[in-house]
Amino acid sequence: MSEPLSPNAAVKPLLEIKNLQVGFQTQNGLVPAVNGIDITLMPGQTLAIVGESGSGKSTTAHAIINLLPGSGRITGGEVLFEGRDLTRLNEKQLEEVRGRMIGFVPQDPMANLNPVWSIGFQVEEAIRANGIATGKEVKQHAIRVLKEAGLADADKRLRQFPHQFSGGMRQRVLIGMGLSSRPKLLIADEPTSALDVTVQRVILDHLATLTREIGTAVLFITHDLGLAAERAEQLVVMYKGKVVESGPSREILENPIHPYTQRLVAAAPSLASRRIQSSNRNLTDLGYSAPRAAEGLDLVEAAEARAGKQAATTSAGGPAIKVDALTKIYRIRGAKRDARDFKAVDDVSFTVERGTTMALVGESGSGKSTVAKLLLRLEDASSGTIAIGGTDTAALRGRTLLDLRRTMQPVFQDPYGSLDPLRNIGNTIAEPLQVHRVGDRASRRARVDELLDQVALPSALATRYPNELSGGQRQRVAIARALALKPEIVILDEAVSALDVLVQAQILRLLADLQAELGLTYLFITHDLAVVRVIADHVCVMQRGKIVESSTVDKVFNNPQQDYTRELLNAIPGANLKLGV
Amino acid sequence: MTGYIFRRILQAIPVFLGTTFLIYFMVFAMPGDPIVALFGDKTPNPAVVAQLRAQYHLDQPFIVQYLIYLGGIFRGDFGLSFSGEPVTAILARTFPVTARLAILALLFETFFGILVGLVSGLRKGKLFDASSLAVSLILISLPIFVIAFVGQYVFGVWLGWARTTVSSGAPLQDLILPALVLASVSFAQIVRLTRASVIETSGLDFVRTAYSKGLSSRRVIPVHILRNSLIPVVTYLATDFGVLLVGATITEGIFNVPGVGNTLYQAIIRGEGPTVVSFVTVMVLIYLVVNILVDLFYGLLDPRIRYVK
Repeated sequence: MSEPLSPNAAVKPLLEIKNLQVGFQTQNGLVPAVNGIDITLMPGQTLAIVGESGSGKSTTAHAIINLLPGSGRITGGEVLFEGRDLTRLNEKQLEEVRGRMIGFVPQDPMANLNPVWSIGFQVEEAIRANGIATGKEVKQHAIRVLKEAGLADADKRLRQFPHQFSGGMRQRVLIGMGLSSRPKLLIADEPTSALDVTVQRVILDHLATLTREIGTAVLFITHDLGLAAERAEQLVVMYKGKVVESGPSREILENPIHPYTQRLVAAAPSLASRRIQSSNRNLTDLGYSAPRAAEGLDLVEAAEARAGKQAATTSAGGPAIKVDALTKIYRIRGAKRDARDFKAVDDVSFTVERGTTMALVGESGSGKSTVAKLLLRLEDASSGTIAIGGTDTAALRGRTLLDLRRTMQPVFQDPYGSLDPLRNIGNTIAEPLQVHRVGDRASRRARVDELLDQVALPSALATRYPNELSGGQRQRVAIARALALKPEIVILDEAVSALDVLVQAQILRLLADLQAELGLTYLFITHDLAVVRVIADHVCVMQRGKIVESSTVDKVFNNPQQDYTRELLNAIPGANLKLGV
Repeated sequence: MTGYIFRRILQAIPVFLGTTFLIYFMVFAMPGDPIVALFGDKTPNPAVVAQLRAQYHLDQPFIVQYLIYLGGIFRGDFGLSFSGEPVTAILARTFPVTARLAILALLFETFFGILVGLVSGLRKGKLFDASSLAVSLILISLPIFVIAFVGQYVFGVWLGWARTTVSSGAPLQDLILPALVLASVSFAQIVRLTRASVIETSGLDFVRTAYSKGLSSRRVIPVHILRNSLIPVVTYLATDFGVLLVGATITEGIFNVPGVGNTLYQAIIRGEGPTVVSFVTVMVLIYLVVNILVDLFYGLLDPRIRYVK
């Protein structure tokens, strides 16, 4: 702004990160989180930083505006914003940069609005703090900003509080807030990873249009390579605090150089399902081969193997699960006249053949997890029947119910919450055996070793505790525990949703191998259609408690019958990417 | 909202009946004959004793005594003390004194407790934080009468800043020292509670978001950190009001404050059923009202509570 642009000078970068180093002070000294990275962002451009959790991508985002949590601090390097080093500014100068010049859209819309202040208050204070408007204009500006962000009835909802907004609406508020001062740069830290895919798509489309209109450059932080490639012109891949690869998105996707990037490209379910879809008639047409570094991780290969196997298997005996007209009604609590019934599951029927995988897909609130609870008899159905291996489960009590649970085991979403932190891994896996009085101490020990081997964990892990394990290892333990009683059916409720892509690919692979080996039947509950493509044989799409489409995976992906299914499919990130086809 | 208040008042009725019954029973069950005790070392005159017993219904079975007392309450008659004064007159004389003392203490502990707790929480691990934690631990560990005697000695005798005992009529300036003593333990608790709450809130995502909007600490701390941190403190203050009334008994005794605590203590010693029960009943009523008020105050602090019906 201060120096006049000479006509022949090249456009200067808006943001230039040079050799940035960030560390966290711990009891064991300074632990580095970002090790000397360089990133250059031109005005109006969109750049995505991709990496798994712990790669330092969010830390980089926070370091730019100097909002590192707790003991984090910048230990070296420069962050040049329009030529000014942000790391050298004092608190007062930083306040002027934040909001006004650099907007920030945080990750979790549920936690990033103060629950005790109204939406209007929180938007207005941002506008006032940045001196964008004064007096009565503040409110007008707030309404305008929220309308731009996609809240059509902003003027009516200004007095409402965050808990009266859905997750998607809250994220719109945060985007509106981040862009309220027309900043030159917007940092979007995983802005949609907490949202359903369809909502994610709408919000990101809107964000793209808005930033293009305003001319704001976007620094986009994400763990999803497909999403990053679709939304940004430039990619920066981070791994363990370092930039391992950077350049134009298309180039990186088509020709990843670094082994880590190659693995990411191979493992991203969104990209894999897209590849399968775009070349379904003939996989070899794709001319695609998994990079050597990605061995065992490539999901296209896994899906192909699966298709081959499936043709060979024929269903023996009756179906493993048969659900007929299943309905679950919850009473919404409230004052007497407000009391009403809520149908969480509405007349749901499906059949799962032995040794196959049925995927139950839907957005949050579609009733898919309630179906899992009903199947496991953790809750009782309001009406309808569930038959497991031909037996109606509604009548089972005590001993017979225990026997049912023996044949059917669950694996849940959160690998951190589903293991008791006070029990070691061996005891955790052996617990179902104890409950069902299977074998003696020695034979249980042997079974634990066998199970650890099946989920590809070293037997030494038996004496360790959950806090010493990574997320992927924990999920393997949860799977081992589910397999302890040699069940016929495993219910996987969002079992891979909380995992990083590479770990997710490994677990999906493991699940496929176990199914082939043990003849397991899976009910796979997920919001992520991309994963479905590589794991399932049949799909039921749920919307508001009802099954709206039910078919084989190929039919659903190639020829979806319902608008809702099409919407879900289109929402898989990377929809507009052409992958060398 | 009115429905909610009505329900809370209905809930208060069994609490009221239960507490009065229990307290009446306990006073009744106390060892020793209160009438005989009135005569001290003198030999009691049987005729006078019988007359006094009849006057205070002490010749009746326990349950009849209780029902007579309860009936009186609904007519606004709380009975007579042994000195012949209506209990209502004693209540009217002593409650304003204790109310002044308790409210003064409540103001002290709320203001200084939240202030010190906030600064401690924002400067976690620094010198101010460490020393305020140490002081609060000392205050929590000491029995209130020790604090009272030390305060009396240091400020009353040594420095001469305050009277060691409260003069008649209990003027406000005389009540400052007793109020500080009364507030000390709760002050320490509030410091710790506020500190923990502020530390927790400061780490929440919306605080970072507030800074990212370009707000200064001068705005973020009161608006986004303090208000959200006050909810547990308000809960504590509600339960603490009862503690203050009890603590007042000891503090009033030491500083000779002519308040509820002091009078109640004397009445318990003398076994004056109606006086004891009346005092405790009024305390229970105040406690119930304060709790209802606090519940309503939550709604002001946290809109999520306001809209849940």
